[in-house]
Amino acid sequence: MGSVLLKNYCQRVVTPKGNTKTILNGIDLGVSQGEQVAIVGSSGAGKTTLLKALIFSSKPSSGQIFFNGQNPWLSSSVVRHKHRRLVSFVPQEPSFPLRQSVYNAVLAGCLPTTNLLTSLVSLIYPKNVDAVTEVLHKFQLSDKIANRVDQLSGGERQRVSLARALISEASFWTIDEPLSGLDPKLADTVIKTLRDHAKQKKITFVCTLHQVEFALRYFPRVVGIKEGNLAFDLPVERVTPSLLEDTYERHKNC
Amino acid sequence: MQVDLRLSEIVAYDNLENIFKFLAEFFPPHTEKDFLKAVLIALWETLAISIVGTLLSAIFGLTLAYFSSEYNDTIAGKISSDFCKFLLNVLRSIPELVWAALLIISAGLGPFAGCLAIIFHTTGVLGRLFSDALENVPPEAPGVLRINGVSNFNIFLHNKMSQLTVQFSSYILYRWENNIRVASVLGLVGAGGLGQLLSFHLGLFLMDKACTVILAMLLLILFVDGLSYSIRRRIY
Amino acid sequence: MLASEYRDTIARRNFTFVVIFIVLFFPLIQTVEFYPWVLFGEKNLKITIDFLSTFYPPNLTNTFLLKVFESSLQTVAIATVGLFFALLIGIPSALLITTALSVSEFENRKPVLPYFFRYLIRALLILLRSIPEIVWALIFVRVVGLGPTAGILAIALTYGGMLGKVYAEILESGDNPPGKYAMQIGCSRLQVLMYFLIPQNLLELLSYTVYRWECAIRSTVIMGFVGAGGLGFQLESSLKMFAGDEVLTILFAFIGLVWLSDYFSKSVRKSLT
Repeated sequence: MGSVLLKNYCQRVVTPKGNTKTILNGIDLGVSQGEQVAIVGSSGAGKTTLLKALIFSSKPSSGQIFFNGQNPWLSSSVVRHKHRRLVSFVPQEPSFPLRQSVYNAVLAGCLPTTNLLTSLVSLIYPKNVDAVTEVLHKFQLSDKIANRVDQLSGGERQRVSLARALISEASFWTIDEPLSGLDPKLADTVIKTLRDHAKQKKITFVCTLHQVEFALRYFPRVVGIKEGNLAFDLPVERVTPSLLEDTYERHKNC
Repeated sequence: MQVDLRLSEIVAYDNLENIFKFLAEFFPPHTEKDFLKAVLIALWETLAISIVGTLLSAIFGLTLAYFSSEYNDTIAGKISSDFCKFLLNVLRSIPELVWAALLIISAGLGPFAGCLAIIFHTTGVLGRLFSDALENVPPEAPGVLRINGVSNFNIFLHNKMSQLTVQFSSYILYRWENNIRVASVLGLVGAGGLGQLLSFHLGLFLMDKACTVILAMLLLILFVDGLSYSIRRRIY
Repeated sequence: MLASEYRDTIARRNFTFVVIFIVLFFPLIQTVEFYPWVLFGEKNLKITIDFLSTFYPPNLTNTFLLKVFESSLQTVAIATVGLFFALLIGIPSALLITTALSVSEFENRKPVLPYFFRYLIRALLILLRSIPEIVWALIFVRVVGLGPTAGILAIALTYGGMLGKVYAEILESGDNPPGKYAMQIGCSRLQVLMYFLIPQNLLELLSYTVYRWECAIRSTVIMGFVGAGGLGFQLESSLKMFAGDEVLTILFAFIGLVWLSDYFSKSVRKSLT
């Protein structure tokens, strides 16, 4: 249950000065269930906004989005919020409440499907400990379960943040820069873990990547964004170096 | 207003001797064993009123604060949120003594009315402080949780509250310092504790006994102030 | 650490808290006689409903509104005069106990006599402000009779204690290099006060004083309950007569008074900073 279709999707914002700035311009993009897609593009091209658009986090200025065949903006906010449980979003900058333990931080991934009673009980008697251990083990963090998140290194924090996606029951993953703060060997392990887990559970996996080599190596489909427009949307074999150079070329008259 | 000043001047100069004679009646404070026992019981009652009152206010205040700061999406939610804010304002505008005088009519004389009075007023105060703090939590972390489909209650419990426990404990301890003073004097309108004992003995002009009660109040207030201060130092 | 170890540690800690809380809380509830069902007992419920029904409509007759207005004015007068006398107590004590004006502090010596003297005055201030003002009011009502004087005296003593402590702290706050320089070159302490300490801290001193004035108005209403005049006194007599309509009007007047004084205090403080 994780397919998205964007039709002529536009996102505009009003800057503090009062001008209208177009962040996404007429994007047509469809992702079907179980696909794995990497989004590449230069900084500020609109990658994060596109990622957020896929999970209907804010209303489009114009155009449509269909999640699992339905337009979520036509339903009430309560229904829409229920659909959000099918999605897992991991932001670029991991943010946790101060002094939270790694255990609690990872458990936040389970929160969407935790009801009131379980939530209150878990205040006193921690639940889901095995699930948390399993997930931390995949990221080589099992011994850090009781540590405070703000005492971890940047790379460790990033892995805790990604662990939330693994532990959730979402069927659609949107991850913003999963490899930031990770050294190349660790990045290798992490992206493999994410990809294999997604493939096994048939989870639709979309992420933005700065490291183009990883995108080309691990993803069957690559989407390029340039200045808010869709530059290309191709299976990875057909992505040429000149196409990439074109996408990353900055506007000359800045 | 002119009547006020003239009155105070006359009293201050002419009756000075009488005032001193009157104040001398307070000392030495009465220390007979049975009476001291009664004072101790009243002291315990006052302490209990302040603790139960402050803790229950924290719970009710937190509940009202949650409802008044979270549900702004739907129209029904906005109405209930505004209603809770209004309720909190009414509760905290009316001082505890006035609440006590009103509640004695329904709850009868004794510590229950005093405890309820503290609960009504302090719920308003703490509820307002809590809801302001809840609204001022930096929105990035809750925002991510929202995008992931976490319910409002879970965001509140697992994200906002884990950031705010120290601050809220500090608020609660400050209110306890205030409430021990309030609990001491609510008895003056009949709401139990040391206040009721004081009013009784002052009414009978038993000044030395009244002095003991006042000293007990003073010790209790200083004790709670000190305890609250040391707890706050430890949790920071 | 193993996950199950972690869970057990946390669970054990939480369970202990819960148990301690329950064990301590129940005797407290019993002492306080916290039995909410009493409120809904047949007799009490009837009294409550009867009393509440007298509340509406509020008493808006001209004669009564005039009385309420006069009481409100009297409350403001009591608070203001009381605070004025509090200044007479607070300012001298603050100057005596503040270490910002102490030559021995400046020289970093620790002679016994000034310390002891300061400590004595500090203890006196603590005594003045730890005894709730309503208790002072009760005592003074026995001395000078019912009426505004008792309230004025009670406010003077309690708030004098508060102002003394906080003024001293405000004068000590901040580094104050100009003041230290003045001490260094031998200025008299009066000169240090007038030319350095006061100009530097004037805004904060005034701001705190205005805030305390606003608190004094609320205190005065409460003291009125034991006979110290003003709106509180009127509220108590209306309550005694179970005149709910009068009570409602007085409550509105009280809320309005508090709101006005709060607004006034905030705007004065805003214009100061």
